Amino acid sequence: MNCTDLLSHLSDYFDEQLSADLRNEIQAHTDSCQHCRVVLNTTRQTIEVYKGNELYEVSTELRERLHTAIMAKCLAKKAHP
Amino acid sequence: MPAIQSPATEEIHPDVALVARAKAGDTAAFEQLVRQYERQIFRVAQHITQNREDAEDITQDAFLKAYEKLDQFQGNSKFSTWLVRIAVNESLMRLRKRKTSKTVSMDEDVQTEEGSIPRDFAEWRPNPEQQYNQAELADILRKTIQGLPPGFRSVFTLRDVENLSTEETAEALGLSVPAVKSRLLRARLQLRERLSRYFRKKQEGQPA
Repeated sequence: MNCTDLLSHLSDYFDEQLSADLRNEIQAHTDSCQHCRVVLNTTRQTIEVYKGNELYEVSTELRERLHTAIMAKCLAKKAHP
Repeated sequence: MPAIQSPATEEIHPDVALVARAKAGDTAAFEQLVRQYERQIFRVAQHITQNREDAEDITQDAFLKAYEKLDQFQGNSKFSTWLVRIAVNESLMRLRKRKTSKTVSMDEDVQTEEGSIPRDFAEWRPNPEQQYNQAELADILRKTIQGLPPGFRSVFTLRDVENLSTEETAEALGLSVPAVKSRLLRARLQLRERLSRYFRKKQEGQPA
């Protein structure tokens, strides 16, 4: 496996869609290739940091406002289709 | 209905019953679906449009549209995926209307390979969470994802932020599974590259 191959398998690697053989090949490659090791680690961190931090928090106030507006629109539609 | 459910009925998604009731005119059942998904729909719309007022409008419009078209929902996909698809379409339409400079679709502006080839090979140390406080970190993450083309941003948001499966993401965006996979890889790599500017290990004597 070379660096280009690794890159093409990267997403499947994180999504656990790879065969054991391919995973082992990736492991072997990153053991000897510092650049790919960094790319793999920091891409994993990229995914984790976005998963772990809610960027657009929906406050209770906003949620209630949205909810009321949605239901009002739907009920109006029901009354006057 | 027997009190104890058999394993077969356990596999049916709880939304199925709610949707059936809502289709039959039960507003309370529909309201429960709204409660369940309003936050997610808002987040998706906010991620794609990057605009809070638009996201509020889109959330309302998406649920109204879902309510109006409920009888067209066939149940081939999850209700939530169907809903996300409506919200994505509304969001892209909104972006097109806003039309800051260029047209917006799932297919445009994703042709470029720019940013998909790794250039930064520094480890992130210490962890992003140790380098920045929560507010700073959220700010960096927002700014960074804003810079992605909408076609990448949408895929990344559904797959990695909202945890939809690859298949559900494909369905919600009207893309093929291979297209989702290719965009997801490039979105992840582009975000990694951009985030490296903030998170890369600082060298001795170098300003942050």
